[in-house]
Amino acid sequence: MRVSSDQIEQLHRRFKQLSGDQPTIRKENFNSVPDLELNPIRAKIVRAFFDNRNLRKGPSGLAEEISFEDFLTIMSYFRPIDISMDEEQVEQCRKEKLRFLFHMYDSDSDGRITLEEYRNVVEELLSGNPHIEKESARSIADGAMMEAASVCVGQMEPDQVYEGITFEDFLKIWQGIDIETKMHVRFLNMETIAFCH
Amino acid sequence: MVARGVRGPGWGLLLALALALAGLPRARGVEEEPGAHNSIEGFQVVTFKWHHVQDPYIIALWILVASLAKIAFHLSHKVTSVVPESALLIVLGLVLGGIVWAADHIASFTLTPTVFFFYLLPPIVLDAGYFMPNRLFFGNLGTILLYAVIGTVWNAATTGLSLYGVFLSGLMGDLQIGLLDFLLFGSLIAAVDPVAVLAVFEEVHVNEVLFIIVFGESLLNDAVTVVLYNVFESFVTLGGDKVTGVDCVKGIVSFFVVSLGGTLVGVLFAFLLSLVTRFTKHVRIIEPGFVFVISYLSYLTSEMLSLSAILAITFCGICCQKYVKANISEQSATTVRYTMKMLASGAETIIFMFLGISAVDPLIWTWNTAFVLLTLVFISVYRAIGVVLQTWVLNRYRMVQLELIDQVVMSYGGLRGAVAYALVVLLDEKKVKEKNLFVSTTIIVVFFTVIFQGLTIKPLVQWLKVKRSEHREPKLNEKLHGRAFDHILSAIEDISGQIGHNYLRDKWSNFDRKFLSKVLMRRSAQKSRDRILNVFHELNLKDAISYVAEGERRGSLAFIRSPSTDNMVNVDFSTPRPSTVEASVSYLLRENVSEVCLDMQSLEQRRRSIRDTEDMVTHHTLQQYLYKPRQEYKHLYSRHELTPTDDEKQDKEIFHRTMRKRLESFKSTKLGINQNKKAAKLYKRERAQKRRNSSIPNGKLPLESPLHNFTIKERDDLEFSDPEETQEDRSGGIEFLANVTRDTMADSSAGVDNPVFSPEEDAGVLARVPPWLSPGDTVVPSQRARVQIPCSPDHFRRLSPIRLSTKSTGGDPEPEEAPRARPPESTHM
Repeated sequence: MRVSSDQIEQLHRRFKQLSGDQPTIRKENFNSVPDLELNPIRAKIVRAFFDNRNLRKGPSGLAEEISFEDFLTIMSYFRPIDISMDEEQVEQCRKEKLRFLFHMYDSDSDGRITLEEYRNVVEELLSGNPHIEKESARSIADGAMMEAASVCVGQMEPDQVYEGITFEDFLKIWQGIDIETKMHVRFLNMETIAFCH
Repeated sequence: MVARGVRGPGWGLLLALALALAGLPRARGVEEEPGAHNSIEGFQVVTFKWHHVQDPYIIALWILVASLAKIAFHLSHKVTSVVPESALLIVLGLVLGGIVWAADHIASFTLTPTVFFFYLLPPIVLDAGYFMPNRLFFGNLGTILLYAVIGTVWNAATTGLSLYGVFLSGLMGDLQIGLLDFLLFGSLIAAVDPVAVLAVFEEVHVNEVLFIIVFGESLLNDAVTVVLYNVFESFVTLGGDKVTGVDCVKGIVSFFVVSLGGTLVGVLFAFLLSLVTRFTKHVRIIEPGFVFVISYLSYLTSEMLSLSAILAITFCGICCQKYVKANISEQSATTVRYTMKMLASGAETIIFMFLGISAVDPLIWTWNTAFVLLTLVFISVYRAIGVVLQTWVLNRYRMVQLELIDQVVMSYGGLRGAVAYALVVLLDEKKVKEKNLFVSTTIIVVFFTVIFQGLTIKPLVQWLKVKRSEHREPKLNEKLHGRAFDHILSAIEDISGQIGHNYLRDKWSNFDRKFLSKVLMRRSAQKSRDRILNVFHELNLKDAISYVAEGERRGSLAFIRSPSTDNMVNVDFSTPRPSTVEASVSYLLRENVSEVCLDMQSLEQRRRSIRDTEDMVTHHTLQQYLYKPRQEYKHLYSRHELTPTDDEKQDKEIFHRTMRKRLESFKSTKLGINQNKKAAKLYKRERAQKRRNSSIPNGKLPLESPLHNFTIKERDDLEFSDPEETQEDRSGGIEFLANVTRDTMADSSAGVDNPVFSPEEDAGVLARVPPWLSPGDTVVPSQRARVQIPCSPDHFRRLSPIRLSTKSTGGDPEPEEAPRARPPESTHM
């Protein structure tokens, strides 16, 4: 876990601000972030903060409240790749980031993104645009699912059923796609020092 | 670029040139008037008016020469893969210039700054701006700006000062140059040239971040170049001793005015352009014109206000692209795209060729070994140092680090080009005494960077294993996840209370959606304008088109239009045909089409062989009938309307249907549909059987299939009638399509007693009227299955109607990707 000390202090201040000087944050506290309101998938993102899988506290379920350490754990998913990391670590880092996204999609924690879940996410994603109807969002999700199936399974037997995207499949979909800029937050990159949590 | 003093010998020579390359103008002129000899005294029927057409004629000829040269280069793939085109063009220019010189002993054609800045540069820069990957550009804007501003100033200062230092040491001999002249020279030679960079980097394909940094720098450094150039030029005019501190401050202020002002002009014109294209619905044909005219006006306006014209037109392109692309029709968008590319690439070609030609003029050449060599050394070395220093600073803030190899490529990619040349030619000889030395040095520098560095950068990139850009097909998943990431990141920034890139982007896109788009986009465009939806559309369209194209390519009318062939046999032809032929044809066709379902490839082979043996008369008749409506269509001419061709219409039609059908099928998946499921099971069984032993008749098959056919046909009727009706008024092409379909249906309903016949017909109808539109909501067999194009399975996967189960993990027998992977299945269709 590497987040810089300055950053930690800053995040701690923010944490306190959000929690109202309490040691833990509850879901409702996030409502006080005004800019979040316009975010179409805010519910999912806030949920991710309380997801036990992301907090490494269990295979499923949601935490009621999170401490500052948990808050940092979540934030650390977004740390940039360090130059000093070797290839294995980079790969590990990438996997973690993708796992975070995967968990956000897989809302019932069964290790698969089912069509229903995927549709749900896509609908939310596109809900920002009032001109896109639910139906189109669904068809897009369906199309994406088919694409995923074709990437992951390739030729399928006629009676084979693609039940959903597993994490392995998810990695396959992301193969060859750079997430260097996509899953990193710049400010977490100042003078990285070791911070073991 | 042309005709500075083209009189007398000038055009004689051109004639000689033209003779070799484009035919003799004089001869042409005569040929055009056949009855020339019986002319009456006093009034000449034919007059030869060379001077009348001289200028445009020469321009046109040069363009032709340059374009022909481009064709010639590409005849040999080997040459163009090793040598960049720009280098080849310069060499060609040198050769042509040599010929001109040999014939004339006057350098008649040179690249003049006016032509360059007013006519050749704008299209290139506009092209760059209009197709700028905005997200990438703004994501790296800080880096780009640093390189463009600090980097250029650094290059100019160090090069100028170092040269001056060496001059003071006496190494260059006796020159009438002061410090300011050196700085002036440094400022014009410092800027990396967009034209050269584009020309070389487009062939190298480095990764996009690296490309955008080098290219963005070359575009944005224009403001710096302009300011530095103007400042030092006026300083030189003033004389060194009269320059005060106030002037220097003014210079710095003018930098901000020039750059920000240029940008502002560009943005304003972009706004205007977007607004105008919102209202061009009824003048589609001149729609593309607006894009060019208004952007060009932005260039001229900022030039008029002595702001940075390049910045203006770049930002005009960058800002308007989103709205313009949404507003104008698809055809106009294509027109804009191609015209822009054509103009840009043409201008680029001419620039490089004339750079070569301009070099052949002994009058401008003044050699000073020390000066020339040292300039070359200094610009390379200081560029490298500058890049390393700036990158060191930048890497502390950048998320994606610029590694050492990136820095090498960036230093090495600092090509100088025509901008420097045009600027140096602009110098006033009275003020700058050693103008000729500057000109010749600039030419050497340009040639060196474009030819030598251009030639070696590709091997260098390969040797260093620079990350290359890969061209991927857009993927729906990627786009969706990318969107999710965007939102997550901006949320994280919101939550942690920091203002970063994502925060700004998020706020901007909200602002854009709420206000800008509402003002600048058509209402209809606002609806469909979502990137993800676009990708979805694109993929769909691509599939549909490739599907149709594949059919056409295979040369089979049967593929897409075969149903009509079948029809034809039953339709009353006005052309009399021998009945025997008819019988045989129909028989063969029928047999074939029923096979279609099984194996398109073998069918095609068979069809081809049939074609060979078939009576040609019959075939002609068939084809005539098929293509007739198209031919009629083509006779229509209107200046104000471009009638889309049949193909286009059909592509569109297919696309619309796909979309509609998809949506429909989702609706139906929601409702439970047992019947379809049953049918699907039947399908599968049959399919499997068919596959296993397509030759061995299965007992069940004949029983089941006709039954299916009937139900399906009914549905067909229902489904087809509606869209067909609505679209009929649109065009003749579709009407034709509709008619045939109806014919087919009428025919089938008349009573089909032949189980072999009916499936084939259905398949036909489905194939010509896009198959994925076909019958049962869930039971739709993929068009692949129906016509089994031997093609990569991935190719058509998206076409097939989606039959995803709504149950999340349910054991629905119908796998989602079945359409893609489905083997030939639909005998009964």
